[in-house]
Amino acid sequence: MHRRSHIYGIMGEFREPQELLHAVEKIREAGYRRVNAYSPFPVEGLSEALGLKRNMVPFICLLGGLVGGVGGFFFQYWAAAITYPQNIGGRPLNSWPAFIPVTFEMTILGASLAAVFGMLALNKLPQPHHPVFNVHRFVHATSDRFFVCIEAKDPKFHLPECARLLEQVHAQHIAEVSDD
Amino acid sequence: MSASQPPFDSPEIRRLTPVLGPGHTYGSVTDKISSIVLTRPTSLGWYIGFLISFGLTGVLTVAIGWLVTKGVGIWGINIPIGWGFAIVNFVWWIGIGHAGTLISAILFLLNQKWRTSINRFAEAMTLFAVACAGIFPLIHTGRPWMAFYMFPYPSTMGLWPQFRSPLIWDVFAVSTYGTVSLMFWFVGLIPDLATLRDRATEKHMKIIYGMLSMGWRGSARHWHRYQSAYLLLAGLATPLVLSVHTVVSFDFAIAIVPGWHTTVFPPYFVAGAIYSGFAMVLSIAIPLRKAYGLEDFITMRHLDNMAKVMLATGLIVAYGYFFEFFLSLYSGNKFDVFLVNQRLHGPYAPFYYSLILCNILLPQSLWSYKLRHNVPFLFIMSIIVNIGMWLERFVIVVISLTRDFTPSAWGRYTPTVWDWATFIGTIGMFVMLLFLFVRVLPAISIAEMSELVSETSEDGK
Repeated sequence: MHRRSHIYGIMGEFREPQELLHAVEKIREAGYRRVNAYSPFPVEGLSEALGLKRNMVPFICLLGGLVGGVGGFFFQYWAAAITYPQNIGGRPLNSWPAFIPVTFEMTILGASLAAVFGMLALNKLPQPHHPVFNVHRFVHATSDRFFVCIEAKDPKFHLPECARLLEQVHAQHIAEVSDD
Repeated sequence: MSASQPPFDSPEIRRLTPVLGPGHTYGSVTDKISSIVLTRPTSLGWYIGFLISFGLTGVLTVAIGWLVTKGVGIWGINIPIGWGFAIVNFVWWIGIGHAGTLISAILFLLNQKWRTSINRFAEAMTLFAVACAGIFPLIHTGRPWMAFYMFPYPSTMGLWPQFRSPLIWDVFAVSTYGTVSLMFWFVGLIPDLATLRDRATEKHMKIIYGMLSMGWRGSARHWHRYQSAYLLLAGLATPLVLSVHTVVSFDFAIAIVPGWHTTVFPPYFVAGAIYSGFAMVLSIAIPLRKAYGLEDFITMRHLDNMAKVMLATGLIVAYGYFFEFFLSLYSGNKFDVFLVNQRLHGPYAPFYYSLILCNILLPQSLWSYKLRHNVPFLFIMSIIVNIGMWLERFVIVVISLTRDFTPSAWGRYTPTVWDWATFIGTIGMFVMLLFLFVRVLPAISIAEMSELVSETSEDGK
């Protein structure tokens, strides 16, 4: 059941990471699923409390490393043995041990590029605007406050009820998040 | 990220010399670090330091300009000494960079909390050192505008690089190292750039930091992937940093020149790189904490630990010197024996003895707890080690090349004023970049320091 609305969600604020963690657990227990938290640094246990599954970054990184390594090796093979062969004292054209340093560097390069750009892509960054920035006090999310947001897309979302729930978990400065 | 503490790192010991001064909150840490960039007026000392280093960067520009005009003949190099200062300085700079990656990647994997306040500027130091290093082989080619020949690109001539050459391995190792270091540094900066965006009061600053932070909002879902990516980068940067100086040492070890052709080179080069890098981190950290009052963040514990790492890697380097010496004599190869003789009694013997003094004898003072806690002494010692490591590369490059196999082909090397101008110019550029860095970006990671506040306050309960 998705209702068109001009509200992105409702947000509450905490002073300590433990309070945030506690609140997220309570909100999840109450049956809300479209919940997100915001913190100035990664809070231990928050991913588990939000029920986040394993992410795709390691897999993308592995793919990048494989492409870099395999591609790097066979590129050298192709250049040195097929397209531009040079007979130097009758030594083998496919002198693979000499190709290992570059293969290694290409593996690292591929894996690192994939990890960083994969992470950014999955996080949908860069993203210049997001509804949470509409909340006046959200500037503290990058320094000394911890926020939780119940999103309007949640099937159970009902503004007064969510506000009451946030009050119950002692959230401060509870605010609606407008969606424009 | 906070696993159980290793046993030797007991709370009692940490209370004696903490990694973070007492009484800090999330807000105070953020305020203190971001104020250096956002609100503090630029001091007179900053302007003076910046102008001096900017002037030296000008010297570098002139030196390179003259080199491009006249060619490498303006340097002191000539056959048989084709390498000279360019390669000495290249190896020196790239070695300095290694400590930054070691601190940010290896100490991160080992869960060493004391890395937190020094990793950001150590990574910046890595980037700037790699930038300085990269200049030398580039201009040493004589025609730097043709440097793209070293990269594999589909040319109309159907030409490809010689992948069996250590010099091509170098191109790949150094460019990968530069790229990965830049990404590692930038990924670490994203949350802090968002902090600066949110705390900036002036519009243009909000816009600049806003664009750089790419809309980071500290979402738990983002942190979840961010932490994976950061851990993976640390895991990838660790073997990478070890490989870079290994490949640099291959430039020497693969050749048959006496004094270069030895298997001890890769590990001994890596240890030397870390040695000089930690010395440089100390040379930067000591004035930085003084100038910006960061004694609470870069504590005596950090300086002490870095001095210990210097002592340990210095001993590995000493072991390398000893075995280089021993293996040359033990091999019975007359050219190798002759080389040892040249180092001890040849025309460049004073350099060799200064190197032993700077790199092995004087640093033994760091065994003393008192001297490790004497900040001016540590600063002087870090400079001495940097000089010693530069001398090491000079000894390796120059002594082997001046007198190799045939006496008729012997020569002498004397650097010219342009050699010195280029070298001092890169030091100026390095310092200038550091001055700019501390002024426009947070020199200490705000997000990681806040995390440290959270962890230390939990310990207190």
